[in-house]
Amino acid sequence: MVSKIVDSIDEAVADIPSGATVMIGGFGRAGQPVELIDGLIRHGARDLTIVNNNAGNGEVGLALLIKGGYVRKMICSFPRQVDSHIFDEAYRAGKIELELVPQGNLAERIRAAGAGIGGFFTPTGYGTLLAEGKESRIIDDRGYVFESPLHAEFALIKAYKADRWGNLVYRKTARNFGPIMATAAVTTIAQVGQIVPLGTLDAEHVVTPGIFVNRVVQTPNEANA
Amino acid sequence: MTTGSRESTPATSAPLTRTDMAQRVAADIPAGAYVNLGIGLPTSIANFLTLDQEVILHTENGMLGMGPEAHGAEIDLDLMNAGKISVTELAGASYFHHSDSFGMMRGGHLDIAVLGAFQVSVNGDLANWHTGVPGSIPAVGGAMDLAVGAKKIFVMMELTTKSGQSKLVESLSYPVTGLRCVTRIYTEVATFDLVPDTGISVTKLFGSATVASLRELTALPIIDATHQTSRQTPTEG
Repeated sequence: MVSKIVDSIDEAVADIPSGATVMIGGFGRAGQPVELIDGLIRHGARDLTIVNNNAGNGEVGLALLIKGGYVRKMICSFPRQVDSHIFDEAYRAGKIELELVPQGNLAERIRAAGAGIGGFFTPTGYGTLLAEGKESRIIDDRGYVFESPLHAEFALIKAYKADRWGNLVYRKTARNFGPIMATAAVTTIAQVGQIVPLGTLDAEHVVTPGIFVNRVVQTPNEANA
Repeated sequence: MTTGSRESTPATSAPLTRTDMAQRVAADIPAGAYVNLGIGLPTSIANFLTLDQEVILHTENGMLGMGPEAHGAEIDLDLMNAGKISVTELAGASYFHHSDSFGMMRGGHLDIAVLGAFQVSVNGDLANWHTGVPGSIPAVGGAMDLAVGAKKIFVMMELTTKSGQSKLVESLSYPVTGLRCVTRIYTEVATFDLVPDTGISVTKLFGSATVASLRELTALPIIDATHQTSRQTPTEG
């Protein structure tokens, strides 16, 4: 019997090694897998490269991972926010490296990795500071920049419901990076509000097919779950 | 090419307030358009869109059919806009992942994006992501994607900086967000259209601004196109 369900958060993240590249879903707090991040902090892997849209908010989740000194490098589009003081301090102190990527390029680099694409030319960023040092090309009179795929060893994402095959559905704008990160990592771990019996999810409505998911763990007391 | 020396009469007695500006932009958005409103000043345009217009708002974190800001019991932690403000969903809304969201942007499916700006150059180059100040932490978000990704890019900004310098310039001194992308600029004193190979024209004037005063402020050869729109407002001309 195929079952990707694991019993605990700690078990789900136990094999993430120091130095790993880990994608973490979420846009701000929506869709951020806070329990899995807390598990990663308890687990203690260090020198992590984290891929996320932001660089943590307040004193929760990703912000705490950075505060604990577990993150060597952030790859993100929008680190600076009103409540990103933990990242800001670490960055100014030279304790964390930043690779800034326009949000759509970040998404497409993740998608490309998951879809076996070796890179792509995008108009986003052409002629800007963020294209410096990158190959560019004029195609049909428009400037494009070459962007490479972004792979990861692990993806930690949050979904609304899962079954034991790892099929996932999401909730509202908490979907954001979850479906593409699930495709781009060697091992994708999803925390979900509910695990439902196989056959319960409408097959027409499954957003992430289970082939992209390796582990599912249920988190109690999910907000709105 | 510039028009003759005749100057048009100012349209109204005072410059527009931010609310007036938002109202003007909202009125210019065609019914049924797919529109992204940038963070900051442009967000307030949503308050003046009418139900009849049925404008479909896109938020780049993965939604079409975004409704007004959520309050009280409506607040749902899984439903926010790109500015991370809690919002509501309208009938007909849809959700999608980030790659689809930016694909619909980059693929030219959005009709209009309205963005704020630090500077816009006469050929439509946009600067709105980074002040370039040494030591500042850069953050780009979706700014560069929006700049290249809608059929029309409107900018909504005050024409001058706090120190009185024009934000409409010959060439950018701030870091570029996107090249040759801006098609219209709404300011408190005038509305401008930017047409490749034709140049910049002023279509509406507010307060005491004149075409001559704008030419002096910006040092740009602004074309007077106010006569083409003056019939719309009886108080003009």
